[in-house]
Amino acid sequence: MSGQSTYTPKSGLEKWIDQRLPLPRLMHDTMTTFPTPRNLNIWYTFGGILTFCLGVQIITGIVLAMHYVANADLAFDSVESIMRDVNYGWLIRYIHSTGASMFFLAVYIHMFRGLYYGSYKAPRELIWIIGVLIYVLMMATAFFGYVLPWGQMSFWGATVITSLFSSIDQIVPHLGTAITTWLWGGFAVDDATLNRFFSLHYLLPFIIAGVVGLHIWALHVPGNNNPLGIDVKSPQDTVPFHPYYTVKDAFYLCCFVFVFAVFVFFAPDFFGNPDNAIKANPLVTPPDIVPEWYLLPFYAMLRSIPQKLLGVLVLVGSLVTLIFIPWLDTSRVRSCRFRPLMKQFFWAFGVDCLLLGYCGSQSVDAVAFGIPLVWAARLGTLYYFAYFWVIMPIVGLIETPKKLPASIAQSVLGEPAAAPAE
Amino acid sequence: MNPSAAVLAMSSTEVDLAPVAVGQQVVVKWRGHPLFVRHRTPKEIAEAKAVAVSDLPDPVARNANLPDNAPATDANREIKPEWLILVGVCTHLGCTPTAFEGDYGGWLCHCHGSQYDTAGRIRKGPAPQNLAVPPHSFLSNTRIKVG
Repeated sequence: MSGQSTYTPKSGLEKWIDQRLPLPRLMHDTMTTFPTPRNLNIWYTFGGILTFCLGVQIITGIVLAMHYVANADLAFDSVESIMRDVNYGWLIRYIHSTGASMFFLAVYIHMFRGLYYGSYKAPRELIWIIGVLIYVLMMATAFFGYVLPWGQMSFWGATVITSLFSSIDQIVPHLGTAITTWLWGGFAVDDATLNRFFSLHYLLPFIIAGVVGLHIWALHVPGNNNPLGIDVKSPQDTVPFHPYYTVKDAFYLCCFVFVFAVFVFFAPDFFGNPDNAIKANPLVTPPDIVPEWYLLPFYAMLRSIPQKLLGVLVLVGSLVTLIFIPWLDTSRVRSCRFRPLMKQFFWAFGVDCLLLGYCGSQSVDAVAFGIPLVWAARLGTLYYFAYFWVIMPIVGLIETPKKLPASIAQSVLGEPAAAPAE
Repeated sequence: MNPSAAVLAMSSTEVDLAPVAVGQQVVVKWRGHPLFVRHRTPKEIAEAKAVAVSDLPDPVARNANLPDNAPATDANREIKPEWLILVGVCTHLGCTPTAFEGDYGGWLCHCHGSQYDTAGRIRKGPAPQNLAVPPHSFLSNTRIKVG
């Protein structure tokens, strides 16, 4: 799909630029005439929505950085002054903090979309892997950002997450402690830690933007997957990106911004934790340390393992696993629409992630319906890994997929009318 | 990115023990971490002494004043039996455990459920090691120097 360019410079100036830096040509080929499957549904609009989220975070973040002070004594108060004194500071900060949650909401929908329609399968493996990289970078950025207000959750979240590295002590004695000391720049999370986290929090979004560029570049080689999971076979199967998908993306972006705005203006602290309104105190750990909602499933996995090193390995393994998905799925059919068995495991996996998230949000010794939640989390963790390492390879081999339509056009427009009888 | 000279400079602290009543714990700051100073009751001491080292998940004393391989007997965890001095950092992921809670009457870490006994030794939960005993010495009967 890539390769052939239909761009023709219209004016002398455009021709002059095109011969020196063919940027208008690139924009034309990727945003205007790019042939896109005609059957993309709502779930395919989240790529555009995510780009929007990244832009919002960067713009609001730059303004916040103009007023924020990265110093352990002043950070908490500077955030308070942003909320009270800075012109529209409350709005900018609430857009930024709510924006992080909306960003993750969109990325989870985007990832589950990819899982359901088999968008990671050949020839799109690298798009998926680059996507996993973006996701991990997003988690790192969100974590660094969460530390900056220097509230109780900021401080103790930073302590717990950086202490994950101390588990390396159990492989190489003292190495893990040396790494955490190096990360902290001290013997505990303190001023030096806050400063470097601020520096990295400012840097990473631009790295994400670069990797997003690679993600889109890789996407534009094979072109979009689609809900049927079958390849584009003729020009009839596609429509130009503009105006068809620019309009569709813009419409659903508006819907998304509507939801976004409801949170910003009516429930700005919905995703926040009240403990973070208390200034960091290195001598008192809050009774329940809970990460932001988007990290809860991973937190539940970590907590469900009663051994330190193993818990950390499970946590890391749950993310590393994602990279191997393109090769763990043995099915020749991409879309779960035609995979009756896999579809059920897929939805069970979705429920599993919600269950893990719920377990992660409760205290360690919580019990629900007479079941200790730590056991629910253990089962959830088991299913998480089994889904990728056992179910995906086996179901792909034993399942009989439904019959695939002959082409995208035929599935959209119906069977071609029989030739009129003479 | 290792600690700067300014950070390294704040390495020792003195603590006055006189105001700490029997059965009480005070928390002071040492190297950015909480430091537990616990005045143990005779019952707590007896409970800690009654445990066999072979029953402990971590059989090593983790006492900076002793060799690395010293066994985790109660006597190896403190200089004077009634004064237990510990770094208040859970050896799992660094939270501060809460005193007088958990099945063993020592500390319970609310983050991930590690439980320590009245000698600060790990008994249950994900933490791999006993709470660390920092390098410390008695300057007088009621004053210690930590670090």
